[in-house]
Amino acid sequence: MLPSMEDAPEGFRSLLVETPHPDGPFGAKGVGEAGLGPVAPAIGNAVANALGGARVKDLPIRPDRVLAALRAGPSPSGSGLR
Amino acid sequence: MARIVIETTINGRAREIAVKPNQTLLEYLRDELHLTGAVEGCGVGVCGSCTVLVDGRPVSSCLTLATNVEGREVTTIEGLSRGGQLDLVQQAFLEYQAFQCGYCTPGMIMAVKGLLAEFSAQAPTEAQIRDYLSGNICRCGTYAEVLQAVQSLVGRLAPAGSPG
Repeated sequence: MLPSMEDAPEGFRSLLVETPHPDGPFGAKGVGEAGLGPVAPAIGNAVANALGGARVKDLPIRPDRVLAALRAGPSPSGSGLR
Repeated sequence: MARIVIETTINGRAREIAVKPNQTLLEYLRDELHLTGAVEGCGVGVCGSCTVLVDGRPVSSCLTLATNVEGREVTTIEGLSRGGQLDLVQQAFLEYQAFQCGYCTPGMIMAVKGLLAEFSAQAPTEAQIRDYLSGNICRCGTYAEVLQAVQSLVGRLAPAGSPG
């Protein structure tokens, strides 16, 4: 569940802390995407774990890619779990 | 699949359109009229990003069959500006930076249109604004700015003769 406007606290204020990102245009850095980045790798790790270490490195993780990964065998980076 | 011909008004223009019986209003607007302002977030009527006005009331266009707008007036975000001038709600969103990524913004603005219409006689309280807009999810968390934008409009649009 995502919080709705009813869950937003009263008197909530946004403060911009300016710490320019050296590689971003005009020092900008994306922030809204932070929740998206880890999802695909997490699913990829879960798939690699289920395949005994065979790793699909391209998205989307389609059945043909899973088959190809299985045929190629375990990846040197393993299942992603230690 | 055989199409059904209906008469409807979209953004002020009367149209006769041929829709598929299983087509949602959102699909028709986006895929056939290329009005891509309303967006699909969840597709199940929970997130509000596909909100459009039907006869002035906000609806989730992902849950509305296109055939259901026969004889009705549909307004999308594209229908708000007049002669190159943004609508007051759009201006207020800009003024208060009431968005970050912008995905929820078209639906949020249409919901605010519905809110202002519904509360045209009496200014909504903060709790009423929060309640009305609780069906529009903003993952960036710009609710505070949206609230400020709406409150600025409520102040500006106070009906004539009302106190304050």
